[in-house]
Amino acid sequence: MFTPPPTFSGYGLGLRKEHYRDFLDTDVPVDFVEVISENFMVDGGQPRHILRQVRERHPVALHGVSMSIGSADGLDRAYLNRLRQLADEIDPLFVSDHLSWSRIDCFNSHNLLPLPYTEEALEVVCRNIAMAQDVLGRSMLLENPSSYIAFDGASMSEWEFLGEMSRRTGCGLLLDINNIFVSSSNHGLDAHAYLRGIPVDRVRQIHLAGHTQGPGILIDTHDQPVCADVWALYAMASSMLGPVATMIERDDAIPPLAELLDELGTAREIGRRQRGVREAA
Amino acid sequence: MNLIDMQRDLRAWLIGSAADTQERMGASAAIGLTVYQNNYRAQLVGCLQASFPQLLAWLGDELFLKAAITHIDSHPPHAWTLDAYGIDFGKTLKSMFPHNPDVHELAWIEWALSESFVATDAPHVSGEMWHEVDWDNACLSLSPSLRQCVVSTNASDIWSALEDGVAAPESEMLEAPGGLIVWRSGFSCRIKSIDSVEHAALLSLRDDARFSALCDAMVEHLGEEAGIAKAGAFLADWIAGGIVVGVRSE
Repeated sequence: MFTPPPTFSGYGLGLRKEHYRDFLDTDVPVDFVEVISENFMVDGGQPRHILRQVRERHPVALHGVSMSIGSADGLDRAYLNRLRQLADEIDPLFVSDHLSWSRIDCFNSHNLLPLPYTEEALEVVCRNIAMAQDVLGRSMLLENPSSYIAFDGASMSEWEFLGEMSRRTGCGLLLDINNIFVSSSNHGLDAHAYLRGIPVDRVRQIHLAGHTQGPGILIDTHDQPVCADVWALYAMASSMLGPVATMIERDDAIPPLAELLDELGTAREIGRRQRGVREAA
Repeated sequence: MNLIDMQRDLRAWLIGSAADTQERMGASAAIGLTVYQNNYRAQLVGCLQASFPQLLAWLGDELFLKAAITHIDSHPPHAWTLDAYGIDFGKTLKSMFPHNPDVHELAWIEWALSESFVATDAPHVSGEMWHEVDWDNACLSLSPSLRQCVVSTNASDIWSALEDGVAAPESEMLEAPGGLIVWRSGFSCRIKSIDSVEHAALLSLRDDARFSALCDAMVEHLGEEAGIAKAGAFLADWIAGGIVVGVRSE
């Protein structure tokens, strides 16, 4: 039986190619970086070379988008083997992916598609996590998704699903605060109740990101700064959680590194302040 | 509906906007379903644009988008990595532009470059090693990044001009089909037009890695003296350029 990976307390950024030179040539003040696993699950060439160099300076978390942990027809073993090979080389802080699905019958949507929160889906997800953790030889983190549709017939809330999934498989949780805000807004949920429902002892990492207002719906675009509502939710999370790895996740409209470091400074300050509140309590 | 049927239902929606999916999900899901479908299609278009940047410049936004949409409608993605999505784009282009080989050949160049960029690293070989080779029994290793094809147009000149941001030449047919190779030396991808003799020499090396077999093939093309000399000259170029990256005794 796996247990969630050891805790790590620190502040980091998603490593994006626009900032490779900064990370290779300067001493960027972060405690860790996170990379998109698939970008480095290649046979060779410059991407792997750059990752090895960055790894010499910083702990690296591997964050995937293609495991498709909710696929009813199981996982792609070749994918898992490649991820294992990368993890063995990088010795990552965490290996994570999303509570979602993207592949069925050899079709791969390359989208993080939602799951119905039913006992059947929970069994599928837990079976797949067990297989992934066995192949990887380590416990994973699973991230709460942003979602744009909800299914009739759900037998539990998303946070109940996450908690039970973690309990049954021993995986840890990657809590994306922006995703909580987006999904709560889109489905009329209480984001505070969501946070209170999360088993805080299972959380190992936090994502902070921006979103965009679409037509009657919030869209998780990762192309904006973190908004005030998400910062407020993060403050609440920080007052509840123990040591976690917190990071800014920007995937589009990538700004200069200094801008992201400023945002990370805000996260540090809120985290420091809320930790003080928690300890005083 | 059980999970696997729901996932097949959503797949059908993403690929073809199946109307019954929307009916089953209810009116409240309409906006969300559209978001997922937009994400799906926009991501695939973006992937093709990123994989074929100079082809995009050559065709223009409108024509490229038309080709991308045709491809997306006929080729749902299968691979675990989005980076692999462009692998069959050349086939779609051939069916759409059967009389424009420059278009297919530009696509081949860009796809070969992207494959070469992340191909398995070639082993590091010291210069001294080449002096100690028993050439009669030597087998040569080609770079894992080497890609090779026959072209009938000046697509490589067009690609180079577009890549350099200068005016591209008019598309034209070559006097005779020629070879084109793409490979990576260190972390730099290279592209080179080669004549039919070098093209045949590299093909023969793929079939039979022995240097002696390469010499035999060249002798057959060029005669005894010129053939041996040519094989030696090719080998020197290929070693210097990082096309041949290793040697072992048979």
